[in-house]
Amino acid sequence: MNLADENFELREVQRLEGHTDKVWGLAWKPATGVNGIPAILASCSGDKTIRVWEQSPATGSFHCKAVLEDAHTRTVRSCAWSPCGKLLATASFDATTAIWEDAGGDFDFVCVSTLEGHENEVKSVSWNASGSRIATCARDKTVWIWEVLPHNEYDNLTVLQGHTQDVKMVQWHPSVDILFSCSYDNTIKVWAEDGDDDWHCVQTLDESSSGHTSTVWALSFNAGGDKMVSCSDDLTIKIWGADIMKMHSGDGNADWRHLCTLSGYHDRTIFSVHWSRDGIISTGAADDAIRLFVESEDGLVDGTKYKLLLKKEKAHDMDVNAVQWSSMEHKRLASASDDGTVKIWEFSQKKIQL
Amino acid sequence: MPSGLINANPTVYERQERRTRNAPADVDELAVEPIDQLEIFDILFYIKDPEHPYSLEELKVITADAIEVDDKRSHLRVTFTPTVEHCSMATVIGLCLRVKLMRCLPPRYKVDIRVEPGTHATEAAVNKQLNDKERVAAALENPNLVDMVNECLAPSFE
Repeated sequence: MNLADENFELREVQRLEGHTDKVWGLAWKPATGVNGIPAILASCSGDKTIRVWEQSPATGSFHCKAVLEDAHTRTVRSCAWSPCGKLLATASFDATTAIWEDAGGDFDFVCVSTLEGHENEVKSVSWNASGSRIATCARDKTVWIWEVLPHNEYDNLTVLQGHTQDVKMVQWHPSVDILFSCSYDNTIKVWAEDGDDDWHCVQTLDESSSGHTSTVWALSFNAGGDKMVSCSDDLTIKIWGADIMKMHSGDGNADWRHLCTLSGYHDRTIFSVHWSRDGIISTGAADDAIRLFVESEDGLVDGTKYKLLLKKEKAHDMDVNAVQWSSMEHKRLASASDDGTVKIWEFSQKKIQL
Repeated sequence: MPSGLINANPTVYERQERRTRNAPADVDELAVEPIDQLEIFDILFYIKDPEHPYSLEELKVITADAIEVDDKRSHLRVTFTPTVEHCSMATVIGLCLRVKLMRCLPPRYKVDIRVEPGTHATEAAVNKQLNDKERVAAALENPNLVDMVNECLAPSFE
């Protein structure tokens, strides 16, 4: 590690308490935390609730403004805001996905719809870029795509089968309607539509394509959408790349290729990975630490183009289940843990003491 | 023995005599005492087998030697030996061990649970399931499984 590496820090800004069980997921509300609009963050937990936190413009600290309960009867595993920020989708082990609306804009969230159909634990929910579709996945090995209709109606478009074990996460590509899912079966699958709502798996990234050798827990895209990062129980993170021009040309999916594997940095399962808009990859792992990686020119010799920027040991008292960069305030990161807390972090360059 | 059991006639071993710990005479009561192998064994040995009226110690499913503790690094690995290769109760036994440890150990502890290499037909699958925290969390929201685990953990069995 050279001296320049030591000039960065991840400073704990606030610790949010209120959940009474593991916190599993996080989502920053789009278009908040900018232009004088206070930042809003949702968190979901094993306590069966979702909490919505807002930053006070006066003090800069976050306060819990709403506790969403009574819709889910089991762990709420993940949450996701619609791109316009009007709706919040929450996926639960109770086999349902709930859609919440804050109609009055006063943190008075009402569950306006419930997506039912999965046989068991729903693990992840994701909105596509335009907000016209939702994807969900479950332990039942399936991925469901739902069409968002007017008046809080949701129509199941298709049930995608292909994974051989439970599906841990679904994530839409940030600019093209291509869906990604990762699983306990160690693979990442890429799903695309070939007209008439006919969806199928166009690519499987598995061990034979330099993929993961154990459960793939999460994946995330860079700002350009031409790169993807995935994290796994195999203690590695992998970077994948595709020809974004080809994807945009309407040719459907371009092939995703393995670019590099970052191994040797983690010694327990990596549960969460998130790529910031300005290129910093964060990971949350079972060793209670948060790590930040960045693309680097130094490592070109051994083919690895990413380096560890910093490791925040003891970021939490227990496993870190989720890390999420704010899309608006580039230096702000939120993390969620088994210790029941959510933390807000600020990434910055250290002031050099002369 | 009623029929239909996975292992109708398990070998039952005598309970091992406990090694006594050599505590020095002038014990500093405030000193931090690291958690050791015997202490872990003492909280696990009595757990009842899910299908037999014997403890995991009596069936040699678990022994003190199969417990590896690194208190400094807050890491614990428990290796258990199913009584038969096709034991479908292996995941339940593993879940019992995990739940008991979750209840007893300080939260800083990282726990890995696995079956003794070569003692189970679907060893890799059992290990993967027992160490997937999401699956464990979901299992512990299943009332039937929780009842089963609690029955095995009930202190009445001795």
